[in-house]
Order: sequence, then structure tokens, then C-alpha cells
Amino acid sequence: MSEAARELSVAVTGAGGAGVISCGELLLQAWARCGGRGLLRKAFGPQIRGGESAALLKLTPTERYTAAGRYDLLVALDWVNFSRFQDEIRVDPGTLVICDKEQDLPDAIAGLGAQVIGLPLQELASATHPEGRVNMLVTGLLGSLLEIPSALLVELAAEKLAGKPAAYREAAAACIEQGAGQAVDCTLALPPRKGGATWYLTGNQAAAFSALEAGIRFVAAYPITPASDVLEWLAGGLEQVGGELLQAEDELAAINMVIGAAYGGVPAMTATSGPGLALMTESIGLAVASETPLCILDVMRGGPSTGIPTKSEQGDLNIALYGLHGDAPHLVLAPLDIADCVFTVAWSIRLAQGLQVPALVLSDQFIGQSSAVVSEPRRCDWPVLDSRPPAAELDYLRYRLGGTGVSPAAVPGDPGQRFTADGLEHNERGTPSASQSDHSQQLDKRRDKLLSLEYGPDWGRVVGQGALGLVCFGSAAAAAEEAAELLQVQGVETRTVALRLLAPLPAAGLIAALEGCSHLLVVEQNHGAQLYHYLRSELALFGSAASFARPGPVPLAGHDIARYVLEELQP
Amino acid sequence: MNEAIKLRAKDYKSAVKPIWCPGCGHFSVLNALTKALAALAIERDDTVLVSGIGCSSRLPAYVDSYGFHGVHGRGLAIAQGLKVARPDLTVLALGGDGDGFSIGGNHFLHACRRNVDMTYIAMDNEVYGMTKGQASPTTPIDWSNSKLTPHGPGVRPFKPAAVALACGAPWIARGYSGNPNQIARLLAEAIQYPGFSFLHVLTQCITFCPEQTDWKAIVHEREEPALQDEDAAAGLFFHEDGFETGLLYQQARSVWPPERGPVADESAAITALADRFRVAPC
Repeated sequence: MSEAARELSVAVTGAGGAGVISCGELLLQAWARCGGRGLLRKAFGPQIRGGESAALLKLTPTERYTAAGRYDLLVALDWVNFSRFQDEIRVDPGTLVICDKEQDLPDAIAGLGAQVIGLPLQELASATHPEGRVNMLVTGLLGSLLEIPSALLVELAAEKLAGKPAAYREAAAACIEQGAGQAVDCTLALPPRKGGATWYLTGNQAAAFSALEAGIRFVAAYPITPASDVLEWLAGGLEQVGGELLQAEDELAAINMVIGAAYGGVPAMTATSGPGLALMTESIGLAVASETPLCILDVMRGGPSTGIPTKSEQGDLNIALYGLHGDAPHLVLAPLDIADCVFTVAWSIRLAQGLQVPALVLSDQFIGQSSAVVSEPRRCDWPVLDSRPPAAELDYLRYRLGGTGVSPAAVPGDPGQRFTADGLEHNERGTPSASQSDHSQQLDKRRDKLLSLEYGPDWGRVVGQGALGLVCFGSAAAAAEEAAELLQVQGVETRTVALRLLAPLPAAGLIAALEGCSHLLVVEQNHGAQLYHYLRSELALFGSAASFARPGPVPLAGHDIARYVLEELQP
Repeated sequence: MNEAIKLRAKDYKSAVKPIWCPGCGHFSVLNALTKALAALAIERDDTVLVSGIGCSSRLPAYVDSYGFHGVHGRGLAIAQGLKVARPDLTVLALGGDGDGFSIGGNHFLHACRRNVDMTYIAMDNEVYGMTKGQASPTTPIDWSNSKLTPHGPGVRPFKPAAVALACGAPWIARGYSGNPNQIARLLAEAIQYPGFSFLHVLTQCITFCPEQTDWKAIVHEREEPALQDEDAAAGLFFHEDGFETGLLYQQARSVWPPERGPVADESAAITALADRFRVAPC
């Protein structure tokens, strides 16, 4: 059996507030403690309470986490809320369906030919304890199917409910045990549990932690889905390390507060999503012009406008690359997966500091809000570049020309290096200037400093050596790599190139990585094929490339990409 | 840095020549500011002037301190971020009526609420000068000298002091460009005040609003001490003519962010945060 076949995917759906996410969290945490690997994707409707929510578990033998293409097991607490996920949760005759037997099966499920097990879920939960809840009963039930000791689930539930009335913990424990004791007539092929030391976290937590570890000590931000949990984590985290988080009145304020702190020499960042990024763009240009280092984490969601706030899409590449007015070179990066948020966010911060530019980091709802079990994440050992001027430089020129284009940056308090940072075009001293020569020289300076840096091998992740090249960025990496594996089985030698650094485009590295490719396919999760058009405009190599661009919210899946390759590209 | 020799006001001026028109009221604020900084013997290296866009927002480049000339309307946001991150610095934000009350109006509201320990100077000439004379939020309702609003803005003027009070600003004063010594005195107080001090300065624009030379006859200095009662201040700010100068309102309010003790060991704290992610095998 291939490794892919030994994955097990489980969907638990219910009303928002019914606790299906808690159920998924408990199961994956327990699975992790038993040495297993897995991903918990969280899907929500737009309402906070009373909408629909789904815990989408994928237990795997490896740490390559894509969304499940189909589900081996579906637990529907009710059918109305399940129906809202019909496009996203694919079930087939091989799916085992567990549901409340008091509820009528919808025709689509009844006609599926799948094994359906109806249990009196609600009745059992209520009979077990006055505070009994179905989600805990299902947790116990699934726990026993996944061969997780019920005592471990009870322990984790007690931790989760610490601070709640004791009756809730008793009810949870009783329902978990009751669920675990249910006889369910089925056997599941479980993926092997690898063991070893692991972390359990979301991409948003990974990004927030990485920021603190990289030295961020000031954050200003405005709440926005799906980035708010980055900020909530940082609020507590910054307090631990003596930093400050400022909840701003809007994103216009947030980005400028970050600019103020960074100008003061304190490493600073903000986190937002598409609409917030759109509001920030004018001032990101100010950071470019004033050469102020900062980091903006964009946890992308479906767009344009309010779009689909709770679901994932890679639609902000264009605004990240081209959204600033004027010629405004800056950094754009994208973490490739949940664990990679730890590396990429820190690297972005280091690069921004070293180059005195804003760095835009394109995460998304999929990796931001999914929880995963990962090996200890790789850290960024990129050095902190000290670009302060030598003490008391006479006739200090903040925007001095020459060298790499990076000029020593004094910060307030530095003796005798006083200057005014400016969004107006300026001369080397920083004095406003509208002259052709100052403008050309400063434009060159701001471009050259980005182009003169050697970014090293971390610009992307290259897997395989086949003649078919799948090129993607950010969170599309896992789906592309999954597709490559499936294609390999079909005899199509494939390689994947996942870009971590998007701007400046690592052209030399990309060309070298794609050497010998006969076919190129650019893979991304958006409607307009933004990466495809970017690569075509920058590199002749992509002149004959094909595009696989699919909008969210349905996640990219390896088998869809592989099928496209086999049917359309016929390499 | 300890500047060994006592600096005079002119030592706080930079070599950059102002772009302002002759007779512009902003010169008075520049002079008063350098005078106040000299009087308080504030270190130039530890002072930051932050501004947005507009004629008045050009001021930071004219002072020999650190400065940041940002984008339109966001000076207050930059200044607050800087002050919160670097509480050791003396931070002043400044800008015009359009910058502060129109495009940056939301930041003005929330800066008043937040009460970060800094000073905000609004240089109010009731007109957009840099874009050549359009109505601003404080322009009189019937001012018809702009081609953009040839029948006058037709909109009730914004009352900066009343809005500041409603949003919780604890220190509100008003100056007039015809009386730079008073501005200097108010600025010295504003800088020393522990909290968000809002100095509204009527700065005439003789280029686009020559009628403002009449202000000289209208302004009147407050003789009584500053009001401390919010209701009384509301009464004043709603019903006054807008030309009363001096320290008008002052209260004690706790600043943001609240002071927290130093962190003993940052790297131990980060290790502890990482440990929260580690899975305990069973």
C-alpha cells in the first residue's frame, strides 16, 4: 500500500458552538501524544454562533499536510449543517457515516451506498450526564476507533475545560467514556504512528512565535479574520518578553504605528488579511521610501472585498507584488506550510531589518488556522545585521549612496545623527528634493539593495528531478508535492518548486531548479492565475508554461492537479 | 547625550529653509517650539517630531532633532507607535487642520482616548494651503474663496477642542500665531504634561485667507486658570467663539500603556512559550 492510502481522513460537522472543533483538537492532540502525525483543518461558516463548523482531521504517516480530497469517516451531528459543506467534504461509497439515528438521512447520503451507522448520540449524551454534550461523546467514540486511550482524552478535556465549572469536566469525562464504550461495527486502517518529539500548533501560532523569537517587540494591529489569533497569541507572548501590543483604531493606524516603532529601532510587525492589507498599502510605500524595516503578515482569505473571510485563498499575490504606488521595491515571502511559518516569518523579519524594507508575508487561512503535529520546526539562523552608523559620524547622511545600497540607519537617541525620515523624495541627507538626479539615485538605491543581496538556498523548496515541473508558492507546496508523488506512481517523472521568496524573484535559482524541464505547470489557489502571470512576465522560461489556478475555498488537492496533468498536459 | 553647552532656540533650528510663504503663521510655531525646547533644555538627540502632509507638516525638517515626515493624516499614529515602543523619547506630533481633523480624524479621536504621553500640535489655518486653497474641516460655513466649493463648504465647522474633550483628551490649550511667546509657554507646559497634550494653534494663512489678519483683534487670552471640570469645559468648548487662547482644560488621567515591570529573562520566557507547543509523549 502506498503511504497516501494509509492516510485516514475524518470529518466532524455540526452547528457553530456545538464543539466539533474541540472534538477535533482533542483527538489530534491525543493522537500526537500517541506518536501520530496529522492535520486538523477548521472550516467555518460566516456566523460566529449558529452557523456551521467542521473539524476536518487527516491522520497521516508523514508530515506533508494537504487537505483531504475525500473522507474515510464522516460524523454528522446534524444534516443541515453538513449540507453547507457539501462542496468541501467529499464522501463516497467507501465513506463510513456515523450520525444521530433520530435524524432522517438526506437522500444524497442514503443513496450513496456507504455504510451508515446511526446511534442515539444526543440521547446518550443527555442520559450520561445532565451537562453531557454530543461532541464529547463523539470524541470518545472516535477515540476508540483511532485506538486512543479514553483516559488520555479525559485528561486533555479536563485541561481544556480548566476554569470551567467542575460539572462540565465531569460531564466531558463521562461522555468520553460513554462514547468509547459504544460498539461500532467497523474497522479502520490506521496510519502508522511515527513517534519522536513533536510540536502541536497552528500556522498562526507558529508565525506569532517566530516573530517573538526573531525579536519582534512591538505589534500594532486591527482585528480581522483570519489573522486575529496571531494577534491574540502575540498579546500574551509580548507581555512575557517585555514587548507591547497596541490595538489600533484601524489598519491605517496599525501600519503607521509599526512604522513609528520600527523607526525608533524596535523590531515591529503587524498581521492582517486582504482588506486590511489594502488599507495599509499607502503607508507600506512610506516604509519603502523612508527605508523603515517592518514585517506585515497577511493571512489570506477569499477575496475581493469582504469575500469569504473564514476560508482560504492565495488571492493577494498581486496586491502584495504590485499594490504600492510608484516604484516601490520591497520583499514578498510566503511560508510553505505550518512548520515553515517558524522559519519564513523569522527570515522575513531578518531580511527586512538587513535591507531596511517592509516584508510582506503571505500566509493563508489554511495554514494559519489549521493545527498540525510537526517535528521541531527549523529555525532561521540568518544573522541580525547591524546597520547603525558608526558612533557619531560627522555629517551623517541617512540615505547615503554607494555600496550595496543599504545605508547606515541611525535611530532616535543616537548621538549627533539627527535626520528627518521622509516619504517625500529626498537627497542623501533626507532633505526633501524634487530633482531628477536625487530621484533617480534614490530609486536605484532602493532597488539595488534588494538585488545585491545573496538570498541563499532558502528562496524555495525543490523536490524531485523530473521533466515535469510544478511551480507554486506558499501553502500550495504540499498539494503540488502530493501531486508529484501521485504522478510518479503513474510514471510521470515530476519535480516541484515551491517559492518561499517571491520578491525579489529569485530568478537564477528558479532557472537552475527548472533546468531540463520539458513541461511547466504553475499551481496556485486563486482565480486569476496571479503567480502564472507574474512568472511569465519575469522569465522567458515560462513562455510555454501552463496554469493550474483554482479559487478557494475548496483546498488544492494533489489528485486534482495530477488528473489535470494526465488529462490536459499529457507530458 | 549630555549637551554640555546650554543650547539657545536657534540651535534647535536645522539648516533647511522653510517652504512657507512670507507671513505664514507656521513660522510662529517653529519659533515657539525651538524656544520651548531650549527653555526645557531638551536633548535634541532624544526628541522626535512627527508629522503628516501639508504646509505645517513640513516643520520637522526645520528643527534639528530627529523627525519623521509621513503620509497624509497618519502622523499621530506614527508618533504613538514610536512613543509606546520608545518611552524614553520626547515625542511631538504636528500637522494641519486637514491632516488632523479630516483625513486623520479617526486617529485624532483615538489618540485623545488612548492618552499616550506625547504632545500634539494642530496648526489650524482653516484651509488646505499646500493644494492651493480648498476648504478644510474648520473652514467657516460660508467661505467661498475656493473653486472647489464656490458657494462655501456649506458644512458646519469642526470644533477641535470640543471633540478632543469628548474623546477624553486630558490637556487642551489654544494658541495664536500672533503671540509666539504664549505658544512657547504653552508648549513647554504641554511637553512636561504627563499624558496626551493637545495644543490647538490658530495659524493664519495670509495667502489663501487674508481675512485671517483680523484674528489679531478677535483672539482673547483666558485669564482664569484652566478648567478641570469636564462639564464646565464642555460648556466652554460648545459655546465659545473659538478664539479664547491659553490653557483651557487640564485633568489628571492615567496614561497608556500602563507601566509594567521589566522582564527578568527574555530568552527563558521564549523557551517557556516554545514548551507550550511541545507534545508530551505518553
